[in-house]
Amino acid sequence: MEMCADPSTLDGINWWACYLTTGKHQAFYASFGTVLLLLALTAPVVMVLGFGGAMARKSKIPPLRWFGLAYTNIVRGVPDIIFFLFVPIAMDQGIEYLRHKVKCPDVLEPIRQGNDFVVCSVAKMPLSSSPQWIHEAYGFTLALFAFALVFGAFAANTLYGAMNAVPRAQLETAEAFGMSDRQVFWRVQVKQMWVYALPGLSNLWMILIKATPLLFLLGVEDIVYWARELGGSKTSKFTYPHPDWRLYYFAFLLVFYLFMTWASEKVFNRITKRLSHGQATVGAGS
Amino acid sequence: MKKLIIAAALAAITTTASAETIRMGTEGAYPPYNFINDNGEVDGLERELGDLLCEIAGLECVWVTNDWDSIIPNLVSGNYDTIIAGMSITDERDEVIDFTQEYVPADPSAYMALAGTEVDVNGGVIAAQTSTIQASHVASSGATVVEFASADETVAAVRSGEADAVLADRAFLADIVAESNGELVFVSEINIGGGVGIGVRESDAELKAALNAAIDVVKADGRLNEMVKRWLDVDANY
Repeated sequence: MEMCADPSTLDGINWWACYLTTGKHQAFYASFGTVLLLLALTAPVVMVLGFGGAMARKSKIPPLRWFGLAYTNIVRGVPDIIFFLFVPIAMDQGIEYLRHKVKCPDVLEPIRQGNDFVVCSVAKMPLSSSPQWIHEAYGFTLALFAFALVFGAFAANTLYGAMNAVPRAQLETAEAFGMSDRQVFWRVQVKQMWVYALPGLSNLWMILIKATPLLFLLGVEDIVYWARELGGSKTSKFTYPHPDWRLYYFAFLLVFYLFMTWASEKVFNRITKRLSHGQATVGAGS
Repeated sequence: MKKLIIAAALAAITTTASAETIRMGTEGAYPPYNFINDNGEVDGLERELGDLLCEIAGLECVWVTNDWDSIIPNLVSGNYDTIIAGMSITDERDEVIDFTQEYVPADPSAYMALAGTEVDVNGGVIAAQTSTIQASHVASSGATVVEFASADETVAAVRSGEADAVLADRAFLADIVAESNGELVFVSEINIGGGVGIGVRESDAELKAALNAAIDVVKADGRLNEMVKRWLDVDANY
């Protein structure tokens, strides 16, 4: 805006109008999109991992079953933060290691030189010459995988429990009709398990929403990063000097998260009602 | 002599210059060294100097911010290629990474406290940013150190009374004291640490040489002195 050209002359509403539309504030507003995008992309991946994990645990093939059991138990048994810190670094270095082996087979220097992790420049992921947004998208993707891996294990456990909660009589009836194992699983067990899974899954969704500030830990410039950055006191080196306003910025985040969880609760109540239709479960009464 | 240095530097540059993109890592939260301005871009002494060095060395540079706490680990794992973040050259850091020659001379650190309070800098509660030379100084001085992830939080701790004083680079605190309307004052100054240099990976000798040569140029033609004076109000006399 034109009037924002010289902020030192502004006061009152004009100052605020200019202050709240700075490039830095626009980055702050955009970062809400980052958080929503993370939620929107993580949820389906979590469901796929969860479903896969639950099926693996039910599998009749022992190694697959052990794998499912190991995945759910190891991930659920390790503090989330450790996984969030470990997975992106391990994945990043793993990818670069493999790319280095494939793309620069003739480079004989070791990859680990003392403290340094050195791969040839064409093996870098992303390339140093890539624009900044690719670096950010890559970091975001690694974070997404870390989230999906952790929450997938919890979803697997929830879905496994839900599959087992479908009354045995239902499955036996299906078998009596001559359905194969596969048909019983997909047509009866999976169809009926959702209502048992829902309380657990809705819980998981809430925890996922509340875990999104961990993006900040992974170096993604999310809403917490910008709130802290914008809220900190600013001297006249900045165009809009102000004292410590972190309290107000964090209060705004608090309202945002409360709104997100409140809206989610509403949606889940509706889904529960729908899925409980015609089923003799606790969900139907509420 | 100066002409000789420039000639040598230029010779070094022409042999090492390449089209590779150099990712400049900084903290973006330590004005006037480096900060994120209201347009959301990296700004400050180090932005201006870094861009100039890249231009002289013929490097293409992009700016990346990273939390101070993990700024060294992320350099060695290759997320960016330099640390240009007001980092003092110390033996401890030199074991993990390499430094170019200094581009800001050793500047005294200062204790800052609320006006009118009695501060025992060797026995009170002193705030400092994690992993800084100031934090290790406070820890060895007999005072109780309270560490914070960012420099801004150390100042907030003094204002809220959580800490008796903060120990930080004087240039960082100068504006804060000047604009506090007398609420905050300098208590004392102390000389710790050496000059400020650009951190590079130990395996990156070529980049280190290119940056050293470029720093030689700006030192010789006086541009660095002017820049340091303007941003930090320090006489560099290079």
